Amino acid sequence: MINDLITALGAEFVQLSLTPIVIGILAAIACALPGNFLLLRRQALIGDAISHVVLPGIVAAFLVTGTITAVPMMLGAGGAAIVAVVMIEIVKRLGRVEPGAAMGLVFTTLFAAGVLFLEITDTSSVHIDVQHALLGNLESLIWFDAEGWGSLIDPKALATLPPQLPRLAIVLVVIALFIFLFWKELKISTFDAAFAEAVGIRTRTLGFALVVATAIAAVAAFDAVGSIIVIAMFVCPPASARLMTNQLGRQVGWSVIFATISAILGYVFAGYGPGWFGSPYAVSAAGMIATISGLILMLTCLFGPQRKRIGQQAET
Amino acid sequence: MSSAKLVAESGKILDVAAKDAPLTVRGLTVSYGNKPAVFSVDASIPAGSMTAIIGPNGAGKSTFLKGALGVVPRLSGEIRIFGKLFDEARDRVAYVPQRASVDWDFPARVIDVVLMGLYGSVGLFRLWRARHKQQAMECLKRVGMSDFADRQVGQLSGGQQQRVFLARALAQNAEFYLLDEPFAGVDAATERAIVSVLKELKSEGRTVVCVHHDLSTVAEYFDRVLLINVRRIAEGPVETTFTAENLQETYGGRLAATHIDELHLA
Repeated sequence: MINDLITALGAEFVQLSLTPIVIGILAAIACALPGNFLLLRRQALIGDAISHVVLPGIVAAFLVTGTITAVPMMLGAGGAAIVAVVMIEIVKRLGRVEPGAAMGLVFTTLFAAGVLFLEITDTSSVHIDVQHALLGNLESLIWFDAEGWGSLIDPKALATLPPQLPRLAIVLVVIALFIFLFWKELKISTFDAAFAEAVGIRTRTLGFALVVATAIAAVAAFDAVGSIIVIAMFVCPPASARLMTNQLGRQVGWSVIFATISAILGYVFAGYGPGWFGSPYAVSAAGMIATISGLILMLTCLFGPQRKRIGQQAET
Repeated sequence: MSSAKLVAESGKILDVAAKDAPLTVRGLTVSYGNKPAVFSVDASIPAGSMTAIIGPNGAGKSTFLKGALGVVPRLSGEIRIFGKLFDEARDRVAYVPQRASVDWDFPARVIDVVLMGLYGSVGLFRLWRARHKQQAMECLKRVGMSDFADRQVGQLSGGQQQRVFLARALAQNAEFYLLDEPFAGVDAATERAIVSVLKELKSEGRTVVCVHHDLSTVAEYFDRVLLINVRRIAEGPVETTFTAENLQETYGGRLAATHIDELHLA
């Protein structure tokens, strides 16, 4: 039994599974952290919206440069975001509709444009297609040069890590630092924006910074795990965490735990789960990670200690 | 108090005396969309006074407070807090928004909300420490809520939530308190508790301004009124300004004559 485990976690595990799992965890946490605040600000769909909007930008960046590299992708995503803001403003003013309706129109249009772009242009030579845009390619992010756990301290092997891993690690550190350093400000302005403004917190700037952090997480995670998981991770772990506790700090902690569990279990179930049912195939890891996060949300809805709170007031 | 009255009666020295008054407003205009919510309002709140801001629904009472504190952008108007720009006098002001303006489902305990009032004394990039918790507990005691410190704010009654908001303002230890409808939807016990805390603040020489709805308690709770209906109708001591004539003008005839009779105005 123990020997099995050692074999299971041996050299092959390091080479084939370690990096996808770590990348999955990093992406999940990077999205879940800002997701906590988006959720409490009733802006959870901003993460969804951003991941929709950036798609045509990323495709356009690929068509222009012909490669999938970080900088053009980020620029393309940023350009698409600006186009989206301008389009929303135009629709809002010319159509005289409420902002929500304008956003819904623009986001879906841009996402559809992105998918259309992918379909009509020849991107078959590289791993960018509709499938990749939605579900990423987590399984392919393997570590060719790893020969076992020892490779973790071998600089030569470390240099060949999939680039998504250090990129997501940096993004995660930046987002975690942002939330840690501005904890008071984020907490106060999320709870009571008018009070926050009166005590001198720049609520608009902070709200904008939060959306930027969200966008960075979405774009960095998009390349590795696709947009489905990005949407799921912005919403599911924080929503589950909210049902576990009544304190913001603990909620953020729970969301990290749930994001991590989703990433690990999702990857393992996707790779080995179908085999347990006698199927020779594996299913998409990103899809399974999103599914697990949804299952966790379902469980916390049913059994979370703070689930009964809406409309419940203790009268004295 | 007598000096404040003198100032109010003699127009000539008003501007000199108002220089470092808690709040001086000149021509405040705030607009949502095309319609001004507050139009060219002047006001001058003397130190140590308790002023009720009165007017019908949608008259811009809350907007007046928010505009004065820069919580909403203003189209025009000059605001001085203790003779300075608000940015330079922020620490001397405590603002209590309407209870209904926040989502009480927020994951925070009562103590967490009161701690927010100590924001200014914690420092950039730092977190609340033990001595802040102690201060916050003392403020909760003053509003009779210390037993609820660990309760989630959503589990409180409306009156208790309002007391928590007041405790947060007390934690700010300000000289000038602006409260937006502190008595809206609270039980009688809470109303008494809040009034007694506000009178305490006044007796300590602090200044209080409340957006207030209940005309029958104005004379009992406050010594000054500011009547607003988009424009300023009148401002001054309760005895001289809280009159049937001014109320009729403020409420545009929407106030029943019998209602005004019941107020036993001068």
